[in-house]
Amino acid sequence: MDEHTLDGNAIAGPLHQHLGREMTAARATCGHCGKTFVLAELVVYARAPGSVGRCRHCESVVLVVTEFRDTIRIHWNRFALAEPPTP
Amino acid sequence: MSPISRGFMGRRRENVDPSRVPPGQYVTHDFPVLSAGPTPHTDLDDWTFTIDGAVDTSMSWSWSELTSMPADTITRDIHCVTKWSKLDTKWKGVPVEALLDGVHSEATYVTAWSDGGYTTNLALEDVTGGKAWVAYEYDGQALESEHGGPARLLVPALYFWKSAKWVRGLTLTLSDEPGFWEGYGYHNHGDPWREQRYQGD
Amino acid sequence: MARAAIPGRLTWQLARVVELVAETDRTKSIVLDAPAWARHQAGQHVDVRLTAPDGYQAQRSYSIASAPEDAHLMLTVEEIDDGEISPYLTEELRAGDDLELRGPIGGYFVWDSVQPGPLQLFAGGSGIVPLRAMLRHRAATGSTTPARLLYSARSLQDVIYRRELLESPGDSGVDVAVALTRSWPEEWTGHRGRVDERLLDAEAWPAGDQPWIYICGPTGFVESISQRMVQRGHPPDRIKTERFGPTSG
Repeated sequence: MDEHTLDGNAIAGPLHQHLGREMTAARATCGHCGKTFVLAELVVYARAPGSVGRCRHCESVVLVVTEFRDTIRIHWNRFALAEPPTP
Repeated sequence: MSPISRGFMGRRRENVDPSRVPPGQYVTHDFPVLSAGPTPHTDLDDWTFTIDGAVDTSMSWSWSELTSMPADTITRDIHCVTKWSKLDTKWKGVPVEALLDGVHSEATYVTAWSDGGYTTNLALEDVTGGKAWVAYEYDGQALESEHGGPARLLVPALYFWKSAKWVRGLTLTLSDEPGFWEGYGYHNHGDPWREQRYQGD
Repeated sequence: MARAAIPGRLTWQLARVVELVAETDRTKSIVLDAPAWARHQAGQHVDVRLTAPDGYQAQRSYSIASAPEDAHLMLTVEEIDDGEISPYLTEELRAGDDLELRGPIGGYFVWDSVQPGPLQLFAGGSGIVPLRAMLRHRAATGSTTPARLLYSARSLQDVIYRRELLESPGDSGVDVAVALTRSWPEEWTGHRGRVDERLLDAEAWPAGDQPWIYICGPTGFVESISQRMVQRGHPPDRIKTERFGPTSG
Protein backbone atom coordinates (compact mmCIF):
# COMPACT_ATOMS: atom_id res chain seq x y z
CA MET A 1 0.00 0.00 0.00
CA ASP A 2 1.27 3.43 -0.94
CA GLU A 3 2.50 5.24 2.19
CA HIS A 4 0.89 8.43 0.96
CA THR A 5 -2.63 7.10 0.83
CA LEU A 6 -5.19 7.83 3.51
CA ASP A 7 -8.58 6.25 4.13
CA GLY A 8 -12.22 7.29 4.01
CA ASN A 9 -11.96 9.05 7.37
CA ALA A 10 -10.02 11.77 5.52
CA ILE A 11 -13.07 12.77 3.45
CA ALA A 12 -15.59 12.51 6.30
CA GLY A 13 -15.87 16.31 6.61
CA PRO A 14 -16.91 17.21 3.06
CA LEU A 15 -19.12 14.11 2.83
CA HIS A 16 -20.96 15.03 6.01
CA GLN A 17 -21.27 18.71 5.15
CA HIS A 18 -22.52 18.01 1.63
CA LEU A 19 -24.85 15.09 2.36
CA GLY A 20 -26.10 16.33 5.72
CA ARG A 21 -25.17 13.19 7.61
CA GLU A 22 -22.20 11.21 8.79
CA MET A 23 -21.12 8.83 6.02
CA THR A 24 -17.92 7.00 7.03
CA ALA A 25 -19.81 4.23 8.85
CA ALA A 26 -22.18 3.73 5.91
CA ARG A 27 -21.69 0.58 3.84
CA ALA A 28 -21.52 0.71 0.08
CA THR A 29 -20.95 -1.77 -2.72
CA CYS A 30 -18.26 -1.31 -5.34
CA GLY A 31 -19.91 -1.83 -8.72
CA HIS A 32 -16.56 -2.76 -10.25
CA CYS A 33 -15.79 -5.80 -8.06
CA GLY A 34 -18.96 -6.32 -6.04
CA LYS A 35 -17.37 -6.00 -2.60
CA THR A 36 -19.27 -4.20 0.16
CA PHE A 37 -17.44 -2.18 2.81
CA VAL A 38 -17.78 0.91 4.97
CA LEU A 39 -16.72 4.22 3.42
CA ALA A 40 -14.03 4.64 6.09
CA GLU A 41 -12.19 1.75 4.43
CA LEU A 42 -11.81 3.50 1.08
CA VAL A 43 -8.24 4.07 -0.05
CA VAL A 44 -8.04 7.83 -0.43
CA TYR A 45 -5.50 9.66 -2.57
CA ALA A 46 -5.66 13.15 -1.12
CA ARG A 47 -2.44 14.51 -2.60
CA ALA A 48 -4.19 15.46 -5.81
CA PRO A 49 -6.40 18.29 -7.07
CA GLY A 50 -9.35 16.57 -5.36
CA SER A 51 -9.60 13.51 -3.11
CA VAL A 52 -9.89 10.25 -5.00
CA GLY A 53 -11.55 7.32 -3.20
CA ARG A 54 -10.64 3.89 -4.52
CA CYS A 55 -12.00 0.47 -3.64
CA ARG A 56 -9.56 -1.25 -1.26
CA HIS A 57 -10.20 -4.54 -3.06
CA CYS A 58 -9.99 -3.69 -6.78
CA GLU A 59 -8.50 -0.14 -6.77
CA SER A 60 -11.27 1.25 -8.99
CA VAL A 61 -12.17 4.90 -8.53
CA VAL A 62 -15.55 4.87 -6.77
CA LEU A 63 -15.79 8.29 -5.14
CA VAL A 64 -14.23 11.65 -5.93
CA VAL A 65 -14.59 14.64 -3.62
CA THR A 66 -13.72 18.16 -4.69
CA GLU A 67 -13.94 21.30 -2.61
CA PHE A 68 -13.72 24.38 -4.80
CA ARG A 69 -13.70 27.41 -2.60
CA ASP A 70 -17.00 26.87 -0.74
CA THR A 71 -18.52 24.37 -3.17
CA ILE A 72 -18.29 20.68 -2.33
CA ARG A 73 -18.94 18.14 -5.05
CA ILE A 74 -19.21 14.40 -4.50
CA HIS A 75 -19.00 12.14 -7.55
CA TRP A 76 -20.15 8.54 -7.13
CA ASN A 77 -18.80 6.12 -9.69
CA ARG A 78 -20.62 2.77 -9.59
CA PHE A 79 -20.62 2.87 -5.80
CA ALA A 80 -24.01 2.21 -4.25
CA LEU A 81 -24.97 2.66 -0.62
CA ALA A 82 -25.89 -0.80 0.67
CA GLU A 83 -28.24 0.47 3.35
CA PRO A 84 -29.52 3.85 4.45
CA PRO A 85 -26.94 5.32 6.83
CA THR A 86 -28.16 6.03 10.32
CA PRO A 87 -28.79 9.75 10.71
CA MET B 1 -17.01 34.52 4.60
CA SER B 2 -14.17 33.18 6.65
CA PRO B 3 -12.40 35.49 9.08
CA ILE B 4 -8.70 36.08 8.51
CA SER B 5 -6.52 33.84 10.64
CA ARG B 6 -4.25 36.26 12.50
CA GLY B 7 -0.66 35.78 11.42
CA PHE B 8 -1.40 33.22 8.71
CA MET B 9 0.23 33.99 5.39
CA GLY B 10 0.01 30.60 3.74
CA ARG B 11 3.00 29.21 2.01
CA ARG B 12 5.63 31.91 1.63
CA ARG B 13 4.48 33.80 -1.39
CA GLU B 14 6.56 36.90 -0.87
CA ASN B 15 9.69 37.65 -2.93
CA VAL B 16 8.37 35.99 -6.04
CA ASP B 17 8.63 37.48 -9.49
CA PRO B 18 5.03 38.16 -10.55
CA SER B 19 6.04 37.81 -14.18
CA ARG B 20 6.97 34.19 -13.52
CA VAL B 21 4.56 33.10 -10.81
CA PRO B 22 0.87 33.07 -11.78
CA PRO B 23 -1.77 34.47 -9.41
CA GLY B 24 -2.51 32.37 -6.34
CA GLN B 25 0.64 30.26 -6.67
CA TYR B 26 3.61 29.89 -4.34
CA VAL B 27 7.10 28.75 -5.27
CA THR B 28 8.35 25.43 -3.99
CA HIS B 29 11.87 24.05 -4.22
CA ASP B 30 11.01 20.42 -3.66
CA PHE B 31 8.95 18.44 -6.13
CA PRO B 32 5.62 17.47 -4.57
CA VAL B 33 4.26 14.10 -5.64
CA LEU B 34 0.60 14.25 -6.58
CA SER B 35 -1.31 11.19 -7.59
CA ALA B 36 -4.88 10.03 -8.04
CA GLY B 37 -3.96 6.36 -7.84
CA PRO B 38 -1.31 3.73 -7.36
CA THR B 39 1.97 4.15 -9.23
CA PRO B 40 2.00 1.80 -12.23
CA HIS B 41 5.18 -0.04 -13.13
CA THR B 42 5.22 -1.01 -16.78
CA ASP B 43 8.16 -2.99 -18.11
CA LEU B 44 9.96 -0.94 -20.77
CA ASP B 45 9.87 -3.99 -23.05
CA ASP B 46 6.07 -3.80 -22.97
CA TRP B 47 5.86 -0.02 -23.11
CA THR B 48 4.53 1.65 -26.24
CA PHE B 49 3.37 5.12 -27.11
CA THR B 50 0.32 5.23 -29.38
CA ILE B 51 -1.41 7.87 -31.41
CA ASP B 52 -4.90 6.80 -32.40
CA GLY B 53 -8.50 7.99 -32.52
CA ALA B 54 -9.61 10.23 -35.39
CA VAL B 55 -6.59 9.42 -37.54
CA ASP B 56 -6.13 7.66 -40.88
CA THR B 57 -3.67 5.19 -39.41
CA SER B 58 -2.76 4.63 -35.80
CA MET B 59 0.91 4.94 -34.95
CA SER B 60 2.90 3.29 -32.22
CA TRP B 61 6.46 3.53 -30.90
CA SER B 62 8.36 1.18 -28.65
CA TRP B 63 10.44 2.58 -25.80
CA SER B 64 13.65 2.28 -27.78
CA GLU B 65 12.04 3.81 -30.87
CA LEU B 66 10.71 6.77 -28.91
CA THR B 67 13.93 7.42 -27.05
CA SER B 68 15.96 7.23 -30.29
CA MET B 69 13.99 10.09 -31.79
CA PRO B 70 15.51 13.58 -31.74
CA ALA B 71 14.73 15.01 -28.30
CA ASP B 72 14.63 18.50 -26.86
CA THR B 73 16.26 19.54 -23.63
CA ILE B 74 14.04 22.18 -22.12
CA THR B 75 13.88 24.34 -19.01
CA ARG B 76 10.43 25.52 -18.00
CA ASP B 77 8.40 26.69 -14.99
CA ILE B 78 5.59 24.37 -13.95
CA HIS B 79 2.40 25.26 -12.08
CA CYS B 80 0.17 22.86 -10.16
CA VAL B 81 -3.49 23.65 -9.52
CA THR B 82 -2.85 22.79 -5.85
CA LYS B 83 -0.98 26.12 -5.88
CA TRP B 84 2.68 25.23 -6.00
CA SER B 85 4.92 26.41 -8.83
CA LYS B 86 8.40 25.13 -9.50
CA LEU B 87 10.76 27.27 -11.51
CA ASP B 88 13.41 26.25 -14.03
CA THR B 89 12.62 22.55 -14.16
CA LYS B 90 14.82 20.70 -16.67
CA TRP B 91 13.43 17.98 -18.90
CA LYS B 92 14.33 15.92 -21.91
CA GLY B 93 11.69 14.59 -24.23
CA VAL B 94 10.31 14.20 -27.72
CA PRO B 95 8.17 17.08 -28.95
CA VAL B 96 4.58 15.97 -29.50
CA GLU B 97 4.75 17.70 -32.87
CA ALA B 98 7.31 15.17 -34.03
CA LEU B 99 5.01 12.31 -33.06
CA LEU B 100 2.12 13.89 -34.93
CA ASP B 101 4.26 14.44 -38.03
CA GLY B 102 2.68 12.50 -40.88
CA VAL B 103 -0.58 11.91 -39.01
CA HIS B 104 -3.58 12.96 -41.07
CA SER B 105 -6.55 14.02 -39.01
CA GLU B 106 -9.44 16.44 -38.80
CA ALA B 107 -9.19 16.34 -35.01
CA THR B 108 -8.79 19.53 -33.01
CA TYR B 109 -8.52 17.90 -29.57
CA VAL B 110 -6.52 15.13 -27.97
CA THR B 111 -7.04 12.96 -24.92
CA ALA B 112 -3.82 11.91 -23.27
CA TRP B 113 -4.17 8.55 -21.54
CA SER B 114 -1.96 6.79 -19.08
CA ASP B 115 -1.21 3.53 -17.36
CA GLY B 116 -3.57 3.31 -14.41
CA GLY B 117 -6.48 4.81 -16.33
CA TYR B 118 -5.80 8.52 -15.97
CA THR B 119 -6.86 10.80 -18.85
CA THR B 120 -6.71 14.51 -19.60
CA ASN B 121 -8.01 16.47 -22.56
CA LEU B 122 -6.16 19.16 -24.47
CA ALA B 123 -6.71 21.27 -27.55
CA LEU B 124 -4.45 20.08 -30.35
CA GLU B 125 -3.04 23.59 -30.62
CA ASP B 126 -1.89 23.34 -26.97
CA VAL B 127 0.29 20.33 -27.70
CA THR B 128 1.78 21.49 -31.01
CA GLY B 129 4.01 24.39 -31.91
CA GLY B 130 6.68 23.55 -29.35
CA LYS B 131 4.29 23.51 -26.38
CA ALA B 132 4.31 19.85 -25.35
CA TRP B 133 6.68 16.92 -25.04
CA VAL B 134 6.69 13.27 -24.08
CA ALA B 135 9.34 13.67 -21.40
CA TYR B 136 11.44 10.81 -20.08
CA GLU B 137 14.25 12.61 -18.25
CA TYR B 138 14.04 15.07 -15.39
CA ASP B 139 17.07 17.02 -14.22
CA GLY B 140 19.41 14.82 -16.24
CA GLN B 141 18.11 11.54 -14.80
CA ALA B 142 15.58 8.98 -15.98
CA LEU B 143 12.17 10.22 -14.88
CA GLU B 144 11.26 8.54 -11.59
CA SER B 145 8.03 6.59 -11.47
CA GLU B 146 6.60 8.77 -8.69
CA HIS B 147 6.95 11.76 -11.03
CA GLY B 148 5.40 9.92 -13.97
CA GLY B 149 8.23 7.79 -15.33
CA PRO B 150 9.06 6.14 -17.56
CA ALA B 151 7.46 8.99 -19.51
CA ARG B 152 4.96 11.75 -18.88
CA LEU B 153 3.36 14.37 -21.00
CA LEU B 154 4.88 17.81 -20.38
CA VAL B 155 2.68 20.82 -21.15
CA PRO B 156 4.22 23.55 -19.01
CA ALA B 157 1.92 26.34 -20.20
CA LEU B 158 -1.08 24.66 -18.53
CA TYR B 159 -1.78 23.51 -14.98
CA PHE B 160 0.28 20.43 -14.33
CA TRP B 161 -2.62 17.94 -14.18
CA LYS B 162 -2.59 18.31 -17.97
CA SER B 163 0.95 16.92 -17.98
CA ALA B 164 -0.27 13.35 -17.61
CA LYS B 165 2.04 11.07 -15.63
CA TRP B 166 2.75 7.56 -17.00
CA VAL B 167 1.46 8.66 -20.42
CA ARG B 168 1.02 5.93 -23.01
CA GLY B 169 -0.76 7.63 -25.82
CA LEU B 170 -2.76 10.41 -27.39
CA THR B 171 -6.21 9.80 -28.78
CA LEU B 172 -7.20 12.46 -31.30
CA THR B 173 -10.83 13.56 -31.08
CA LEU B 174 -13.14 15.79 -33.09
CA SER B 175 -14.77 17.23 -29.97
CA ASP B 176 -13.43 18.23 -26.56
CA GLU B 177 -14.04 15.29 -24.23
CA PRO B 178 -13.37 15.91 -20.53
CA GLY B 179 -10.60 13.83 -18.96
CA PHE B 180 -10.35 12.62 -15.37
CA TRP B 181 -10.16 15.89 -13.41
CA GLU B 182 -12.02 17.87 -16.08
CA GLY B 183 -14.93 15.46 -15.60
CA TYR B 184 -14.89 16.24 -11.89
CA GLY B 185 -15.19 19.99 -12.36
CA TYR B 186 -11.70 21.15 -13.19
CA HIS B 187 -11.26 23.55 -16.07
CA ASN B 188 -11.13 22.19 -19.60
CA HIS B 189 -8.25 24.43 -20.62
CA GLY B 190 -6.34 25.11 -17.39
CA ASP B 191 -4.30 28.24 -18.12
CA PRO B 192 -2.56 29.21 -14.85
CA TRP B 193 -2.14 32.84 -15.92
CA ARG B 194 -5.91 33.17 -16.21
CA GLU B 195 -6.40 31.07 -13.06
CA GLN B 196 -8.54 28.58 -14.94
CA ARG B 197 -8.74 26.14 -12.05
CA TYR B 198 -12.38 25.13 -12.09
CA GLN B 199 -15.13 25.10 -14.66
CA GLY B 200 -16.48 28.62 -14.99
CA ASP B 201 -13.20 30.32 -14.02
CA MET C 1 -20.19 35.15 14.45
CA ALA C 2 -20.59 31.46 15.09
CA ARG C 3 -23.70 30.09 13.47
CA ALA C 4 -26.01 28.02 15.60
CA ALA C 5 -25.51 24.33 15.00
CA ILE C 6 -28.43 22.56 13.38
CA PRO C 7 -28.53 18.91 14.43
CA GLY C 8 -27.08 16.70 11.72
CA ARG C 9 -25.78 19.68 9.80
CA LEU C 10 -22.09 20.29 9.58
CA THR C 11 -20.92 23.85 9.07
CA TRP C 12 -17.82 25.90 9.64
CA GLN C 13 -17.80 27.57 13.02
CA LEU C 14 -15.47 29.68 15.11
CA ALA C 15 -13.81 28.54 18.30
CA ARG C 16 -11.68 30.73 20.57
CA VAL C 17 -8.30 29.53 21.69
CA VAL C 18 -8.25 29.35 25.48
CA GLU C 19 -4.78 27.96 25.94
CA LEU C 20 -1.94 26.14 24.20
CA VAL C 21 -0.17 23.32 26.00
CA ALA C 22 3.17 21.91 24.87
CA GLU C 23 2.93 18.12 24.91
CA THR C 24 6.30 17.30 23.34
CA ASP C 25 8.92 19.28 21.39
CA ARG C 26 6.83 18.84 18.26
CA THR C 27 3.26 18.71 19.53
CA LYS C 28 0.91 21.14 21.17
CA SER C 29 -2.60 20.83 22.45
CA ILE C 30 -5.02 23.59 21.54
CA VAL C 31 -7.71 24.12 24.16
CA LEU C 32 -10.78 25.73 22.61
CA ASP C 33 -13.97 27.40 23.63
CA ALA C 34 -16.45 26.48 20.89
CA PRO C 35 -19.86 28.03 21.56
CA ALA C 36 -21.61 26.36 18.63
CA TRP C 37 -20.05 22.97 19.31
CA ALA C 38 -22.27 19.87 19.19
CA ARG C 39 -21.28 17.11 21.60
CA HIS C 40 -18.78 14.82 19.92
CA GLN C 41 -17.93 11.13 20.22
CA ALA C 42 -14.53 9.87 21.28
CA GLY C 43 -12.45 9.24 18.15
CA GLN C 44 -13.91 11.97 15.97
CA HIS C 45 -11.97 14.75 14.28
CA VAL C 46 -12.36 18.29 13.04
CA ASP C 47 -11.30 20.07 9.87
CA VAL C 48 -9.39 23.27 10.57
CA ARG C 49 -9.38 26.02 7.95
CA LEU C 50 -6.98 28.95 7.85
CA THR C 51 -7.49 32.10 5.79
CA ALA C 52 -4.71 34.51 4.77
CA PRO C 53 -5.36 38.26 4.34
CA ASP C 54 -5.49 37.82 0.54
CA GLY C 55 -8.19 35.16 0.81
CA TYR C 56 -5.88 32.17 0.36
CA GLN C 57 -7.18 29.20 2.35
CA ALA C 58 -5.78 25.91 3.52
CA GLN C 59 -7.38 23.17 5.58
CA ARG C 60 -6.42 19.95 7.37
CA SER C 61 -8.03 17.39 9.62
CA TYR C 62 -7.04 17.05 13.29
CA SER C 63 -8.22 14.51 15.82
CA ILE C 64 -10.07 15.58 18.94
CA ALA C 65 -8.08 14.78 22.07
CA SER C 66 -10.73 15.68 24.64
CA ALA C 67 -13.52 13.47 25.93
CA PRO C 68 -17.08 14.49 25.12
CA GLU C 69 -17.45 15.08 28.86
CA ASP C 70 -14.53 17.52 29.08
CA ALA C 71 -15.25 21.20 29.66
CA HIS C 72 -13.26 22.31 26.61
CA LEU C 73 -12.71 20.99 23.16
CA MET C 74 -9.05 20.08 22.73
CA LEU C 75 -7.04 19.23 19.61
CA THR C 76 -3.46 18.01 19.64
CA VAL C 77 -1.32 18.95 16.64
CA GLU C 78 2.04 17.58 15.61
CA GLU C 79 4.24 20.01 13.73
CA ILE C 80 5.21 18.63 10.34
CA ASP C 81 8.51 19.81 8.85
CA ASP C 82 7.75 22.10 5.92
CA GLY C 83 4.06 21.83 6.76
CA GLU C 84 1.78 24.72 6.09
CA ILE C 85 -0.91 24.46 8.73
CA SER C 86 0.65 22.59 11.61
CA PRO C 87 3.54 25.11 12.07
CA TYR C 88 0.97 27.89 12.24
CA LEU C 89 -1.03 26.03 14.85
CA THR C 90 1.98 25.10 16.97
CA GLU C 91 4.09 28.26 16.57
CA GLU C 92 1.85 31.19 15.71
CA LEU C 93 -1.56 30.56 17.23
CA ARG C 94 -2.14 32.18 20.63
CA ALA C 95 -4.77 32.30 23.34
CA GLY C 96 -7.53 34.67 22.29
CA ASP C 97 -7.25 33.88 18.58
CA ASP C 98 -10.23 32.51 16.72
CA LEU C 99 -9.89 29.25 14.86
CA GLU C 100 -12.29 28.24 12.11
CA LEU C 101 -13.29 24.60 12.26
CA ARG C 102 -15.83 22.12 10.99
CA GLY C 103 -16.89 19.25 13.21
CA PRO C 104 -17.38 16.93 14.91
CA ILE C 105 -16.62 14.62 11.99
CA GLY C 106 -16.68 10.84 11.63
CA GLY C 107 -18.85 8.02 12.92
CA TYR C 108 -16.81 4.92 12.15
CA PHE C 109 -13.65 5.45 14.16
CA VAL C 110 -15.57 6.17 17.38
CA TRP C 111 -15.90 4.36 20.67
CA ASP C 112 -18.64 4.68 23.26
CA SER C 113 -18.16 3.37 26.79
CA VAL C 114 -21.48 1.50 26.60
CA GLN C 115 -20.03 -0.68 23.83
CA PRO C 116 -19.61 -4.18 25.32
CA GLY C 117 -16.26 -5.92 25.08
CA PRO C 118 -12.70 -4.99 25.98
CA LEU C 119 -10.92 -2.14 24.26
CA GLN C 120 -7.70 -2.64 22.34
CA LEU C 121 -5.99 0.53 21.19
CA PHE C 122 -2.98 0.82 18.89
CA ALA C 123 -1.31 4.21 18.35
CA GLY C 124 1.51 5.07 16.01
CA GLY C 125 3.00 8.50 16.78
CA SER C 126 0.36 11.23 16.91
CA GLY C 127 -2.23 8.52 16.22
CA ILE C 128 -2.54 8.51 20.00
CA VAL C 129 -4.73 11.65 19.91
CA PRO C 130 -8.18 10.14 19.16
CA LEU C 131 -7.34 7.14 21.37
CA ARG C 132 -6.60 9.49 24.25
CA ALA C 133 -10.12 10.87 23.79
CA MET C 134 -11.43 7.30 24.15
CA LEU C 135 -9.45 6.70 27.34
CA ARG C 136 -10.64 9.99 28.81
CA HIS C 137 -14.20 9.15 27.84
CA ARG C 138 -13.79 5.79 29.52
CA ALA C 139 -12.55 7.46 32.70
CA ALA C 140 -15.16 10.23 32.63
CA THR C 141 -18.03 7.77 32.40
CA GLY C 142 -16.65 5.52 35.14
CA SER C 143 -16.51 2.65 32.68
CA THR C 144 -15.04 -0.61 33.94
CA THR C 145 -14.33 -1.85 30.40
CA PRO C 146 -10.79 -3.21 30.49
CA ALA C 147 -8.56 -1.39 28.03
CA ARG C 148 -5.12 -1.97 26.62
CA LEU C 149 -3.10 0.62 24.76
CA LEU C 150 -0.08 -0.23 22.68
CA TYR C 151 1.66 2.98 21.71
CA SER C 152 4.55 3.08 19.25
CA ALA C 153 6.68 6.22 19.39
CA ARG C 154 10.12 7.15 18.10
CA SER C 155 11.55 8.00 21.50
CA LEU C 156 10.39 8.72 25.04
CA GLN C 157 10.52 12.45 24.23
CA ASP C 158 8.02 11.85 21.43
CA VAL C 159 5.45 10.20 23.70
CA ILE C 160 2.46 12.54 23.77
CA TYR C 161 0.49 12.72 27.06
CA ARG C 162 3.47 11.01 28.65
CA ARG C 163 2.66 11.84 32.26
CA GLU C 164 -0.98 11.04 31.84
CA LEU C 165 -0.30 7.69 30.22
CA LEU C 166 2.81 6.50 32.01
CA GLU C 167 2.66 8.12 35.41
CA SER C 168 -1.04 7.82 36.12
CA PRO C 169 -1.93 5.45 38.96
CA GLY C 170 -2.21 1.85 37.87
CA ASP C 171 -5.21 -0.31 38.57
CA SER C 172 -7.45 1.97 36.53
CA GLY C 173 -8.22 -0.95 34.24
CA VAL C 174 -6.01 0.49 31.53
CA ASP C 175 -2.77 -1.24 30.59
CA VAL C 176 -0.34 0.93 28.67
CA ALA C 177 2.62 -0.50 26.78
CA VAL C 178 4.96 1.81 24.92
CA ALA C 179 7.26 0.63 22.14
CA LEU C 180 10.15 3.01 21.44
CA THR C 181 11.27 2.45 17.88
CA ARG C 182 14.36 4.63 17.40
CA SER C 183 15.93 5.44 20.74
CA TRP C 184 15.31 4.71 24.40
CA PRO C 185 16.81 5.60 27.74
CA GLU C 186 19.33 3.11 29.07
CA GLU C 187 17.02 2.18 31.93
CA TRP C 188 14.01 1.72 29.61
CA THR C 189 12.21 -1.46 30.58
CA GLY C 190 9.49 -1.20 27.93
CA HIS C 191 9.64 -2.57 24.42
CA ARG C 192 12.53 -1.55 22.18
CA GLY C 193 11.95 -1.47 18.43
CA ARG C 194 8.88 -1.83 16.30
CA VAL C 195 5.76 -3.65 17.41
CA ASP C 196 6.50 -7.35 16.89
CA GLU C 197 4.73 -10.65 17.45
CA ARG C 198 6.26 -11.05 20.91
CA LEU C 199 4.87 -7.69 22.00
CA LEU C 200 1.45 -8.53 20.57
CA ASP C 201 1.52 -11.86 22.42
CA ALA C 202 2.33 -10.11 25.67
CA GLU C 203 0.23 -6.96 25.46
CA ALA C 204 -2.71 -7.37 23.07
CA TRP C 205 -6.05 -9.04 23.79
CA PRO C 206 -6.28 -12.43 22.14
CA ALA C 207 -9.09 -12.95 19.65
CA GLY C 208 -10.96 -15.09 22.17
CA ASP C 209 -11.60 -12.02 24.33
CA GLN C 210 -13.41 -10.35 21.41
CA PRO C 211 -11.98 -6.87 21.84
CA TRP C 212 -12.90 -3.80 19.85
CA ILE C 213 -9.71 -2.81 18.11
CA TYR C 214 -8.85 0.77 17.15
CA ILE C 215 -5.68 1.46 15.19
CA CYS C 216 -4.57 4.99 14.38
CA GLY C 217 -1.27 6.14 12.93
CA PRO C 218 0.70 6.53 9.72
CA THR C 219 -0.56 4.40 6.85
CA GLY C 220 2.25 1.83 7.06
CA PHE C 221 1.74 1.34 10.80
CA VAL C 222 -2.01 0.86 10.44
CA GLU C 223 -1.61 -1.59 7.56
CA SER C 224 0.94 -3.64 9.45
CA ILE C 225 -1.01 -3.88 12.73
CA SER C 226 -4.41 -4.46 11.14
CA GLN C 227 -3.08 -7.27 8.94
CA ARG C 228 -1.48 -8.96 11.92
CA MET C 229 -4.62 -8.68 14.03
CA VAL C 230 -6.61 -10.32 11.23
CA GLN C 231 -3.97 -13.07 11.06
CA ARG C 232 -4.43 -13.53 14.81
CA GLY C 233 -8.05 -14.33 14.25
CA HIS C 234 -9.76 -11.02 15.03
CA PRO C 235 -12.78 -10.47 12.79
CA PRO C 236 -12.19 -7.54 10.39
CA ASP C 237 -15.43 -5.86 11.47
CA ARG C 238 -14.07 -5.52 15.02
CA ILE C 239 -11.00 -3.68 13.70
CA LYS C 240 -11.39 0.04 13.09
CA THR C 241 -8.64 1.99 11.45
CA GLU C 242 -7.70 5.59 10.80
CA ARG C 243 -4.68 6.49 8.71
CA PHE C 244 -2.85 9.75 8.38
CA GLY C 245 -0.11 10.65 5.95
CA PRO C 246 3.52 11.24 6.89
CA THR C 247 3.45 14.62 5.18
CA SER C 248 -0.09 15.75 5.73
CA GLY C 249 1.07 19.14 6.87
